[in-house]
Amino acid sequence: MTEPLLFELDTKGRRGYALPKLDVPTVDPADHIPTKFLRKQLDMPSLSELETVRHFTRLSRMNHSVDIGFYPLGSCTMKYNPKVNENIARLPGFANIHPYQNADSVQGALKLLKTTEQYLAELTGMDAITLQPAAGAQGEMTGLLIIKAYHNKKGNNKKKILIPDSGHGTNPASCTMVGYEVVNIKSDDRGCIDIADLKANIAPDVAGLMITNPNTLGLFDENIGELATLVHSVDGLLYYDGANFNAIMGWTRPGDMGFDVVHLNLHKTFSTPHGGGGPGSGPVGVKAHLKEFLPTPRIVEKNNTYSFEDQNNDTIGAVLGSFGNFSVIVKALAYIMYSGKEGLKDASAYAVLNANYMMKKLKDTYYVPYDRFCKHEFVISGKTLAKQGVKTLDVAKRLLDFGYHSPTIYFPLIVEEAMMFEPTETESKDTLDSFIEVMEKIAKEAVENPDLLKNAPISTPVRRLDEATAARKPDINFYQKP
Amino acid sequence: MSTYIPHTTAELQEMLNVIGVKTIDELFAEIPQKLRLNKDLNIPSGMSELEMTRKLTSLSEMNKTVDKNVCFLGGGAYDHIIPAAIDHLLLRGDFFTAYTPYQPEVSQGTLQCIYEYQSLICSLTGMDQTNASLYEGATANVEAIKMAQAQTGRKKVILFDTINPAYRRVIKTINGAQETEIVTLGFEDGVSDLTKLSQAIDDKTAAVLVQYPNFFGCIEDIENIAKIAHEAGALCIVCANPISLALLEAPGNLGADIVTGEGQPLGVPLSFGGPYIGFLAAKKALLRKMPGRIVGKTLDLDGKQGFVLTLQAREQHIRREKAGSNICSNQALVALNTTIYMALMGAEGLKEVALHSFQKAHYMKSELAKLENVTIPFTCSFFHELVIKVPNADSVLKKMEEKGIFAGIALEKYYPNLKDCILIAITEKRTKSEIDDYCKYLGEAIK
Amino acid sequence: MKFSKEHEWVKLEGDTAIIGITDYAAHQLGDIVFVELPNKGSKLEVNKVFGTIESVKTVSDVFAPMTGEVIEVNDELDANPALVNEDPTGNGWIVKIKVSNPNEYDQLLDEAAYKAICE
Repeated sequence: MTEPLLFELDTKGRRGYALPKLDVPTVDPADHIPTKFLRKQLDMPSLSELETVRHFTRLSRMNHSVDIGFYPLGSCTMKYNPKVNENIARLPGFANIHPYQNADSVQGALKLLKTTEQYLAELTGMDAITLQPAAGAQGEMTGLLIIKAYHNKKGNNKKKILIPDSGHGTNPASCTMVGYEVVNIKSDDRGCIDIADLKANIAPDVAGLMITNPNTLGLFDENIGELATLVHSVDGLLYYDGANFNAIMGWTRPGDMGFDVVHLNLHKTFSTPHGGGGPGSGPVGVKAHLKEFLPTPRIVEKNNTYSFEDQNNDTIGAVLGSFGNFSVIVKALAYIMYSGKEGLKDASAYAVLNANYMMKKLKDTYYVPYDRFCKHEFVISGKTLAKQGVKTLDVAKRLLDFGYHSPTIYFPLIVEEAMMFEPTETESKDTLDSFIEVMEKIAKEAVENPDLLKNAPISTPVRRLDEATAARKPDINFYQKP
Repeated sequence: MSTYIPHTTAELQEMLNVIGVKTIDELFAEIPQKLRLNKDLNIPSGMSELEMTRKLTSLSEMNKTVDKNVCFLGGGAYDHIIPAAIDHLLLRGDFFTAYTPYQPEVSQGTLQCIYEYQSLICSLTGMDQTNASLYEGATANVEAIKMAQAQTGRKKVILFDTINPAYRRVIKTINGAQETEIVTLGFEDGVSDLTKLSQAIDDKTAAVLVQYPNFFGCIEDIENIAKIAHEAGALCIVCANPISLALLEAPGNLGADIVTGEGQPLGVPLSFGGPYIGFLAAKKALLRKMPGRIVGKTLDLDGKQGFVLTLQAREQHIRREKAGSNICSNQALVALNTTIYMALMGAEGLKEVALHSFQKAHYMKSELAKLENVTIPFTCSFFHELVIKVPNADSVLKKMEEKGIFAGIALEKYYPNLKDCILIAITEKRTKSEIDDYCKYLGEAIK
Repeated sequence: MKFSKEHEWVKLEGDTAIIGITDYAAHQLGDIVFVELPNKGSKLEVNKVFGTIESVKTVSDVFAPMTGEVIEVNDELDANPALVNEDPTGNGWIVKIKVSNPNEYDQLLDEAAYKAICE
């Protein structure tokens, strides 16, 4: 199954949309714009509306998605994206308002943002939230800029951020963005931060510790209280990467664990769709002592009237041209309101239940490097399959043949041949059982017929792709062949 | 329990038995008691879909929309016509409930759409290559500046006052945090002052950033700006309005090294500022400095055409602290939105959108010029936005809004010396009668 | 030919050292897609990074096994980075330098010692 490119469907003279007739007297652009600034040529395909609709409909059918089947991609929280939230984000009063309208004309939108801030503050145990960051990575950068502003204001020129070796790749990259040096902290044999290594690296120039808890192994670090005390002892700040917030919602809060800054991913925990890789939203929460550094404008409420406030000398500034990815925030609030306090706590409860159930069932067939209760996700290693020359990659590809998406593979880096599963709470026991059966079957195949795995997938729209040639001779623009 | 969680009581029990615990609570045992949230969250209880919908609908109705009012607001986000077919395609669950195409064999839909997006953006901007998209316009400029710094090994960046103030603020926050020396130059008659540029540029300058058309709608001389930049060994970054590029020469043909911009005008709803989409396209020499995801065309084992994420070794998940950017995601669904828009419009449709906007804006200018007490401070060439000066702008805007017209953006907040100036945007969606009404009510408001 | 602990090889011909990555390293990296080369005339300092090699899903620093000035770079790697996979110690060489301190050669590992650390 292949679909021609848009450019191959081009028939000059065809139109996919008609504008209303021009109803004003016209002028000649050449009389108003110097010729050198007038466009000479524009290459773009011409298709009818039906051809366009069919092209994209056919393409959509070449995707795996949550709506089609199980998507246990670790650290991505591929839970169900409720349909009603799409309707709500498309209400004219939300979709058709301009960011430069004056505050009086968008009271509903401002109230919505303020309410979302309050709920997220309650969920995280923080004192103030900004909804500005457009994604998790931008949330990280925002949080780190706040940490930097805090130290700079005190006149402390700190240089380092500590990150455990199980951390997401974004963490160190975000540190570099704001000019911090990264120090990697080892994990201990329980998969948590090695306290001795942390102690060895605690120094006055440490600006903070950035961690995910539960971490990327799906394990909760029970020493978090001690870690916080250690970092705070040198006036370092604790940063909570909220990628795994779906594990603890309503059970414990970063603010109560001692964190000073937290970011959330609304597209993970709060059910907003991933959209094939975005848009997301990465709100940041802070404790009171960091509030003054939050990006502006802030939304303030007085006598039930909402307005913007941007008079603040200590703010880090702005990280986005607008107030945030508004319609994503609308969907997250709809999810919070529908779920309510009980539903949110249950979401984490059942996410953790599903993960432990799967891990327990898979333990007989696959190697589990950290054999203890996990939170919402867990990691197994494919290294036992090496005898047959089978790799984790092959297992991942074989799963596609059975109509499942693969787990996250080769991450975290500290587990050899890692496979990271996150089932989420919205999957039923039946789904998990069928999937576990397939995993067992694949393990059997690996012994009996390893080629089946090495050649997988065979039932997908395309088979394994030549990534080396793609990178050596990049063809990334139809109009310019390599 | 929320219906999004499917477990029955019997299933819960079976699962607990398999795990070997009595309650779910036991699975949280390692969270120390004193760190537990031993109380209810201070969030209302769950509600039905209908109740939630009603509550949020009534909240949405507190907003005045651009449907019930007439929108002349611009400044980076524009009220263009959006073809109905787009949203139907975006609502296909196969698109919006997928994630990043990590497994290309089951992500060809998303991947091919991004390849098409990349090709269309290259064509529009006149550049060799682009990535799978960035958050929005402001941050696209941030990334472009970082690219220029990495390429030239220089730190200083020159930009003009005529660049969207919101973009400049984000540049100051993010690039400023990376020891970037940011020099901002003023304008003359609505466009950048090239004499000042020649004086400010030096061998420490990594890039010159210019907006095209600029924040005031004026058409900058990007050809000469690029020349001045290149003579100093700096790169020229042009932040362009994508719709304008159907009428205006592609920056790539006028010397730009990097073209950035806000993609919202390409069929994306206003949604109070987001999600939008930033595009960033560049000349070939800058390929390995480009941030974000890139999709490439290749072949599968059977020789069939297919698409993959490529050049991944540039990215944060591999380079970690050595990556040029921390960007992970793109705005895939918004990129799809703009791709469908461009496909439906085609070259002819896009040219018409640009031309109609241009014609209507010029008609409006000639009508406004007839009004007493209205002045048009800039004489430069413009696309579809213009600045007017009226007595007491704030009160005028308020009176206009009472008539159901969002009459423009008051500029004094961003440009203290442009007191009482208003920035007006006119798209193809505005009708002659809406423009005539604007002028009529404006005439009354300033009497 | 001698080897560094960071998996580079060196052939010393007079005061010219030819440098590349070892067969073992090329194999570990997998399909190499890009080699970032230093500029002619730039200075390499022993044990410091002078370039990077990208494979499909990883990136690796290349360390200078000796100090010296770059007199030639293997431009063919631009168009055909796969040479490093196909012939790492021959056509897949990376740079030639004029060495500043020939004694550094003696500090490098011989084949047996290098093989031992690869196991």
